[in-house]
Amino acid sequence: MSEPCCQITDEKYLKLDEVINQYKGKAGGLIPVLHQAQLIFGYLPKDVQIRVAEGLGIPLSEVYSVITFYSLFSLQPRGKHTIGVCLGTACYVKGAAEILQALEENLGVKVGESTEDGLFSLMQTRCIGACGLAPVLTIGEDVYGRLTPEMLPDILKRYEQ
Amino acid sequence: MEMFRSHVLICGGAGCLSTGCKAVLAQFLAELKAHSLEEEVKVVETGCIGTCDLGPVIVVYPEGVFYQKVKVDDVKEIVEEHLLKGRYVTRLLYERPVSGEQIPHYGDIDFFRRQKRIALRNVGLIDPESIEEYIAQDGYFALGKILTEYTPEQVIEELKASGLRGRGGAGFPTGLKWEFTRNAPGNPKYVVCNADEGDPGAFMDRSVLEGDPHSVIEAMAIAAYAIGAKQGYVYVRAEYPLAVERLSHAMDQARQYGMLGENILNTGFSFDLEIRVGAGAFVCGEETALIASIEGKRGEPNPKPPFPATSGLWGKPTLINNVETYANIPAIFQRGAEWFAQIGTEKSKGTKVFALAGKVRNTGLVEVPMGTTLREIIFDLGGGIPEGKKFKAAQTGGPSGGCLTEKDLDLPIDFESLKAAGSMMGSGGLIVMDEDNCMVDVARFFLEFTQDESCGKCTPCRVGTKRMLEILTRITKGEGREEDLGLLEELAENIQATALCGLGQSAPNPVLSTIKNFRDEYIAHIRDKECPAKVCRALMKYTITSELCKGCGLCARYCPEKAITGEPKKPYTIDQSLCIKCGNCLDKCPFNAIELK
Repeated sequence: MSEPCCQITDEKYLKLDEVINQYKGKAGGLIPVLHQAQLIFGYLPKDVQIRVAEGLGIPLSEVYSVITFYSLFSLQPRGKHTIGVCLGTACYVKGAAEILQALEENLGVKVGESTEDGLFSLMQTRCIGACGLAPVLTIGEDVYGRLTPEMLPDILKRYEQ
Repeated sequence: MEMFRSHVLICGGAGCLSTGCKAVLAQFLAELKAHSLEEEVKVVETGCIGTCDLGPVIVVYPEGVFYQKVKVDDVKEIVEEHLLKGRYVTRLLYERPVSGEQIPHYGDIDFFRRQKRIALRNVGLIDPESIEEYIAQDGYFALGKILTEYTPEQVIEELKASGLRGRGGAGFPTGLKWEFTRNAPGNPKYVVCNADEGDPGAFMDRSVLEGDPHSVIEAMAIAAYAIGAKQGYVYVRAEYPLAVERLSHAMDQARQYGMLGENILNTGFSFDLEIRVGAGAFVCGEETALIASIEGKRGEPNPKPPFPATSGLWGKPTLINNVETYANIPAIFQRGAEWFAQIGTEKSKGTKVFALAGKVRNTGLVEVPMGTTLREIIFDLGGGIPEGKKFKAAQTGGPSGGCLTEKDLDLPIDFESLKAAGSMMGSGGLIVMDEDNCMVDVARFFLEFTQDESCGKCTPCRVGTKRMLEILTRITKGEGREEDLGLLEELAENIQATALCGLGQSAPNPVLSTIKNFRDEYIAHIRDKECPAKVCRALMKYTITSELCKGCGLCARYCPEKAITGEPKKPYTIDQSLCIKCGNCLDKCPFNAIELK
C-alpha cells in the first residue's frame, strides 16, 4: 500500500497520542479513540492497537475484541475510495443485489476486498437512510441514488483520476 | 432584525443532497446577487422536507409555492419570474398523479395536506444550524416554562397524562419510564438518546437530528430535570455523519445561549450532553447493548431485569428514549397534555412518523395521527404503486416486524392493531412491496440481516438464526423439503422464547409472518420448484419462444455455457441442464423471444 492514507509515520503516532491523552481516564473513551485512530491511519494495524491499549491502560485483548465486534473498524488497509452499497430493505426490494453484483464484475473484486491498484474497496453497508432514492451507494461521502447497473461505469470513472 | 420579503427554503435532506441541492443553493445565491435581491430574499437550507424522490425540492415563501426536481439551470427562471415578477414557474410545479393537475401550494399537495406534523414540526421549515430559528418557532419555551414553573413530579404527571409511548419500537409509556428512573435509588443518573436508527428502511430519526436537532436537546434537558440527571449522551450511528455534525453544532449554540451547561436559564439547573458515535453494529439499538457501547465495550446486550431505569450506564439509573419520542416532548409541553391526548387512538396517542419506501410512488417521510389506515398512507399520501403494478404487502417494523397484506389495508394503525395483525410498529419503517417481490426471498433477506448482526452472545440467536437462514436459502434455491415449513416454525418459536434480547426474540418474525400470509408461495418454491414472483434465480427457466425466434444466433454467441444451440434462421433451443440462468440471452435478444418462467 502506497496510499498516503495508509503510510505509518511518526507524525501520525504523535496525533494518536494527542487523541489518547484527550480521552485518558475518561470512562468509555475506547471507541472514540479507535474512531480517531482509524481516521489517522486509515485502518487499525497491530502497532496502533498496542499504542491505544498502553495509552488508555486497557488490555490489548480488549482493544482487539472491541475492534472486531464493530463492522466499521478495519484491520486491513482500505482502498483510496470506499464504495458502500446499501443493502437496507428499501434498496434490496429495488434491486441492490444486482447493483452489488454488477460492481463486483466491474471492479473484479468481491465484497470486502480492495482492487489491486488500491483505488477502490467494495463494502456493503447497512441502511444509510436514503431509502427514498433506493437503490443507493456511497463513495466516500458522495451518495448516488436511483441506480441501475448501466450507470456504474460512469460513476466509477469519476474516481479513477 | 433583518427583514426579507421572500424566503427560499431549499431541502438539504439526504435525498436532495444526492440530487444536487448544494449546487442549486449556490446558484440561487449567485442569481440573487446578480439581480441585487440578496437583501430582499433569504435562502435557507432546511432539513428533509419529506418528498425524497422529487428532489431537489424548494419552497418559496410567503406564498408557499413548492417546486420539484429543480436543476441549476432552472434557478435563473425562478429568480426572474417568481421572485422578480411574481409569476410561478409552472413547469416545475407538482402534478397530481393520474389527473396531471398542477398544485402550486405546498399545503395543498396530498402528501403534505394529509399529514399532522408534531415530531417533524420544524423539519424542512427552519434552518437546522440556527438556534434563533428554532427559538422563533417557540423552541426552548417548554424548557423555560418547566424550569421556572414545574416541579419534576409535575413534569412526569403531565407526560403521563399525554399518553406518549416510546417511538423506538416497543411502545412503552414514556411518562412511566421517566417515573421509574426518577424513583430509582442511585446517583448520578443519566439521560440517553437512542439515535442508533438501525432498522433498514427507517430514517425519521436521521431526519429529526439533521433537520431539527434542538428539539432533541430541549427534550433531553427536560428529561434530565424530571429524573434528576446532570449528564446526557446521544448515541448516533456512524452512518449518519451529517446528523452528528448538525447535532454537535446545535449543542455548541445551545451552550452559548445558556440552554445547556451550568445554570441553564439562570435557574440553577445544570445539564450537559455528549455525543457518542456508534461503529456499525445493529444490535446497539437494543438499549442494554447501547449502554455497553457507550461504556466503550463490545455492544452485547444484557438480560433484563435489571432495566436501565434501575441499573443502566455504569450501573446507574438511566433513562433511554429514542429520537422521535424526544422530538414530541417540547410540543407536548408547549401545547399541553390534553391537546396531545386527543390525537390518535384510545391506547396510542399522538402521531407516528413513517418512512415510506419501496414500491410506492411518493417515497419519503410522513407523519400521520395514530389510527390512520395503511390504505391512506400508501395510496393517498404515497400515491399508490408505480407502473400499474399490484400491491402485495407492506413490511412494518423492519427485520423485527412482519408483513401486512391486502386484507389489512383498512386497519387503523397503532401499536396494538399492528401487533394483533402479526407485525409491529417498530421504529416506523414501511416498505411497500408489489407483485414482483418474492416473499420467501424477502424473509430470507431479513434473516440474513439479523443473522449477520447477531452479536453471538446467546445460542438461540447465534445458531438458531443460522439454521433458519440455511433452510430459507435452500428453499430459494429449489432444494426445499416438505418438512421445512414445520421446521422453520418450530425453530422460530424456540428462538422467540429463549433469545437473550429483542434482536433475537424478534428475528423469526418476518419468517413467521410471511409463512402465515404467503404459505402458498413457500409451497410453490418447495413443492413445485417455482418462484411465482420470478425473483429466485435458481428456480427460473429461460426458454425460447419459437414463433418469435428469428434464428439470429445472438443468444448463442453470448451464452457463456454454450447451452443454446440451433441453425441460422431457424428457432434456437436452450439445454436446461447446461443453463446457469445468467440472463445474458434475455438481455441480448432483439426480438423478445426469450421467456423467463
